[in-house]
Amino acid sequence: MKDVSSTSGAQPRSAAKGGLGKSAEWVMQVVFLICGLIAVGFVLIISIYLIISGLPAIREIGLIDFLFGDTWRANDNQFGILPMILTSIYGTAGAFVIGVPIGFFTAVFLAKVAPPKLAAVIRPMVNLLAGIPSVVYGLVGMIVLLPWIRTTFNLPAGDSLFAAILVLAVMILPSIISVSETALQAVPKEYEEASLALGATSLETYFRVSVPAAKSGIAAAVVLGIGRAIGEAMAIMMVAGNVANMPSLFSSVRFLTTGIAIEMNYAQVGSLQRNALFSIGLVLFLFIMIINVLLNVVLKHNKGED
Amino acid sequence: MKKFLCLALSLVMALGLFAGCSSSTTDTAADTGSTTTDTADTTTGSDTATTDDTAAADDTAAADDTAAGETVSGVVNTDGSTSMADVMAVLQETFREVQPDVTVNYSGTGSGAGIEAVLAGTVDIGLSSRALKDEEKSEGAVENIVALDGVAIVVNPENGVEDLTVEQIAQIYTGEVANWSELGGEDLPIAVLGREDGSGTRGAFEEIVGVEGACVYTNEYGSTGDVIANVASNPNAIGYASLSAVDDTVKAVKVGGVAPSEATVKDGTYQIQRPFVMVTKEGTELSPAAQAFLDYAMSDEVAEYIAAAGAVAP
Repeated sequence: MKDVSSTSGAQPRSAAKGGLGKSAEWVMQVVFLICGLIAVGFVLIISIYLIISGLPAIREIGLIDFLFGDTWRANDNQFGILPMILTSIYGTAGAFVIGVPIGFFTAVFLAKVAPPKLAAVIRPMVNLLAGIPSVVYGLVGMIVLLPWIRTTFNLPAGDSLFAAILVLAVMILPSIISVSETALQAVPKEYEEASLALGATSLETYFRVSVPAAKSGIAAAVVLGIGRAIGEAMAIMMVAGNVANMPSLFSSVRFLTTGIAIEMNYAQVGSLQRNALFSIGLVLFLFIMIINVLLNVVLKHNKGED
Repeated sequence: MKKFLCLALSLVMALGLFAGCSSSTTDTAADTGSTTTDTADTTTGSDTATTDDTAAADDTAAADDTAAGETVSGVVNTDGSTSMADVMAVLQETFREVQPDVTVNYSGTGSGAGIEAVLAGTVDIGLSSRALKDEEKSEGAVENIVALDGVAIVVNPENGVEDLTVEQIAQIYTGEVANWSELGGEDLPIAVLGREDGSGTRGAFEEIVGVEGACVYTNEYGSTGDVIANVASNPNAIGYASLSAVDDTVKAVKVGGVAPSEATVKDGTYQIQRPFVMVTKEGTELSPAAQAFLDYAMSDEVAEYIAAAGAVAP
């Protein structure tokens, strides 16, 4: 970082201003350093805080009972989060199964197949989708999706894992589409030209040449989408029903994120319930860390190939 | 390689989805019979409370000799019911304007702990969100009812059911009754909606109806507004909400023939209600500050604040 700021562009200007420029440069360096440290500091503070506030409850409940207990009932002091862990995994997996193919094909379509005019209409729409606040997804899900699920599948209420999966699938679309589209467009033209020149059809070229060449970028897009799905709380709180049942497609379920969000309001400060909520936060944090590590590995791999 | 790993993992997850289907809920409570009698006790309990009130008022007159109209200072420690948090917050805030030098502390530990603490003399005023039991009264606990908390049972306006008994409500919430046709409605499954664990409304409802820890909810929501909104949009739904939160989008059913309203909660005919009690100990003189706070909480001027906190002034 130091090297960058003290070489090339900055040099002539500081020479013109003499000593003042040099000290200004030093001040700015310190400012940048502080800005950098703020981000690092927050990550550290959050990690430490989560560990400190999350561990006591785990210690009191017992790690095995906490992670693998199948009943969460705060009033009876039963704090098993297995249903929530499984729900988070299934929900994310479901969103993956629905969202990734749609996102992937949309990206291929936008990057390669679509006529430029059509792509110019669809692309801003996708970006708009990314900008919609999650609570709006939840609201639309609640008003449109839930009655539909309720009447179609003849359920008492539409709130279910299925509804949450559908909402999550739509929510992860924009990140999957835009990142994989960028990756696909970065594929050198020569690859495709060579393939076409060898007699492959355009579709063969896209799926046999462009997509494999962009696969690391696409993988990064998918991991990014998964990261968003597993961390989402607001939208699915409105459609998942929030009862800590063992997950099944058409029953009300509680995710790790919604488990924290829904009970935090009234959980008494210092009570085991509140501490257990922090412990859920810690588990969720570890999940997301794993996803991030995965993302980094994928991105590094990507750089290595280029 | 990675592709195969991805596929294998997603396959495992998809298969796992079906594993959840076999899980069953076994716990349904059968002790609903005692419920109605409990509530009846509450109603009679409030009669004795009125006489206690006058006694307390007499005490007040005596205490007023020393502190009449004056500003007092000091610390008032209160401890007890977590359901009273909203009411206490409002009282603390407005009391500060009346007596700026008095600090009122509140810690929510539960009704039982609050009563115990005042009897042990560790706090000035105990807080209980249920009527005092006879044995507690015999130990010298005095009941001062500052507010009543009514919980309305709401259904969708399309629902034909108008009237439920407390027992029927208990059966719905424990999952014994799962179809509206069993209650004189249409042939529709019942969606049992409620609040999350730790919510005061849920605590009040389950305690009064006698289904504590035995409820089988279809859905849980994080706020009363969500419960109302979902009941309003789902013809199968039944939910509960603070009386003050009920609006036109939902229908509040009669309980045992009595429609919920401020008036029926006040006169005790509406059954799903509980008192908010400030507990003092007989024979122990309150500090001037604590006496001033208790008088303030029992006075008529706080009625609107108590209503703002979602309860009904007695």
